[in-house]
Amino acid sequence: MTVFKLELRQGKTALIVWTAAIGFLLAVCIFLFPEMKGEMVTLTSVFASMGSFTAAFGMDRLSFGELSGFYAIECGNILGLGGAFFAALTAVNVLAKEEKDRTAEFLLTHPVSRGRVLAEKLCAVLAQITAMNAVLLALSLGCMAAIGEDIPWRAVLLLHLGYFLLQTELAGVCFGISAFIRRGGPGIGLGLAAAMYFLNLISNLSSSAEFLRYVTPFAYCEGADIISSGTLDTALVLLGLGYAVAAAAAACLHYTRKDIR
Amino acid sequence: MQAIRTAGLTKYYGRARGIEKLDLTVEEGEFFGFIGPNGAGKSTTIRTLLGLIRPTSGSASVLGLDIEKDRQRILSQVGYLPAEAAFYPGMRVGEVLRLSAGLRGRDCRGAAEELCSRLQLDVSRKVEELSLGNRKKAAIVCALQHEPRLLILDEPTSGLDPLMQRAFFQILRERNQAGVTVFLSSHVLSEIQRNCTRAAIIRQGRLIACDSVEGLAQAGARRVTVHGQADVSGLSGVRDLQQTGEGVSFLYSGDMNALLSVLAQGCIRDLSLTEPDLEEVFLHYYEERGVDA
Repeated sequence: MTVFKLELRQGKTALIVWTAAIGFLLAVCIFLFPEMKGEMVTLTSVFASMGSFTAAFGMDRLSFGELSGFYAIECGNILGLGGAFFAALTAVNVLAKEEKDRTAEFLLTHPVSRGRVLAEKLCAVLAQITAMNAVLLALSLGCMAAIGEDIPWRAVLLLHLGYFLLQTELAGVCFGISAFIRRGGPGIGLGLAAAMYFLNLISNLSSSAEFLRYVTPFAYCEGADIISSGTLDTALVLLGLGYAVAAAAAACLHYTRKDIR
Repeated sequence: MQAIRTAGLTKYYGRARGIEKLDLTVEEGEFFGFIGPNGAGKSTTIRTLLGLIRPTSGSASVLGLDIEKDRQRILSQVGYLPAEAAFYPGMRVGEVLRLSAGLRGRDCRGAAEELCSRLQLDVSRKVEELSLGNRKKAAIVCALQHEPRLLILDEPTSGLDPLMQRAFFQILRERNQAGVTVFLSSHVLSEIQRNCTRAAIIRQGRLIACDSVEGLAQAGARRVTVHGQADVSGLSGVRDLQQTGEGVSFLYSGDMNALLSVLAQGCIRDLSLTEPDLEEVFLHYYEERGVDA
């Protein structure tokens, strides 16, 4: 567990900062809901006039007047993008930073197998993602209770589960990338997360781009789908987790044979 | 037992040469020097032995264990001091030492305390604040605290002041007397000559000489210093010819009778023939093959 603990220690500050930033924005949004609810008529007409962008963000199928609809759109974007950026950044750096900072030589000249290093580092990434999501879920529920609204438990829990799975998928893919690169990790990680977000918007805009739903993990986190169906799209989730497992396996195969410079 | 054995060990980085067909044997308990200039293949050899890079061909064993199959068992018995030590940012020296011991599953507090005391290393300092010398000391303690059977040291004295170098080599000699094998890679020839019993010279990835330090010095040439006048221009085996105020000085590896005949024709007031130091031998090996040392 030494590598696991080391990784948690190295990532502690980033975890606190990202959790605080996302949590603050989530809390602000939730505390804005009572005021927004009163202006529903105006808001609905504004969103209806946004053309295809209304569909892109799923606003044509959700009601801003309900906490679940409001949370899925406003908070979903914050949690979705923020969480994706954090997961991608953490995972894409976890192996590459060792070579970039020249600490790989220190670590890998100790009697620890590369397989174990990989396993403990991957566990550390997942532990950080889990910790962040647990705190954010608790904070969201606390804020909802504080504004005196009935908590839409199923919708909120499904949305948070979806975003947790999204982050896990992105982390798995970025972990795979991390084994192949020596530098440039942050750019690749952030770029990948942003690209996945926009691919989902494109797939919502055009029926000819619907195949992108099988590429981007944001597809199974679509708030409108989750709230209307009351479930996650299991096929998309399994496909996404398959991508993550395949990438992590590729990382394992490559890193155990890689020349460390 | 052989502490290190390589057979035809070759490493290419793409098309770039690292080491080629390296055959090297270091017996257990030796204080062995590994000499070569930058880029000769010293670090590639070490990194291959430690499993950081995979050989292109050939084989090697460390402490009787195969470097590819038994990497973990090898590393548990080896202490490695890299040329440039890098540690995780934000840690204090004491934490780095505990991390290193933890990665070995060992409690090394006693040995670490003693080594830090001898090397005057402050364990409360953050690694980012350490000078090059103190960074090197922290790496030395990491390499020695678990009391390994084999020490692999890559340019160990860079950054250490002379007093610390003396303390460091004193520790190494004590460990060596206790049976630890020391593999010292360096281009500081004086420290090889002072401390090692045997040494190997590597050039362009190939081993070009391996012998006792005394043997290497004798195999090369003699430093001939002539006070007076002598014309050695027609003599073969003369290198590094220097005109001094009182005569000439040169390295000579030719026929001794021919040298005496030439000198007998001159006007010699004084003559000395000495064994060259390792630095001269090193230059001899490199210059003889037309390569800049």
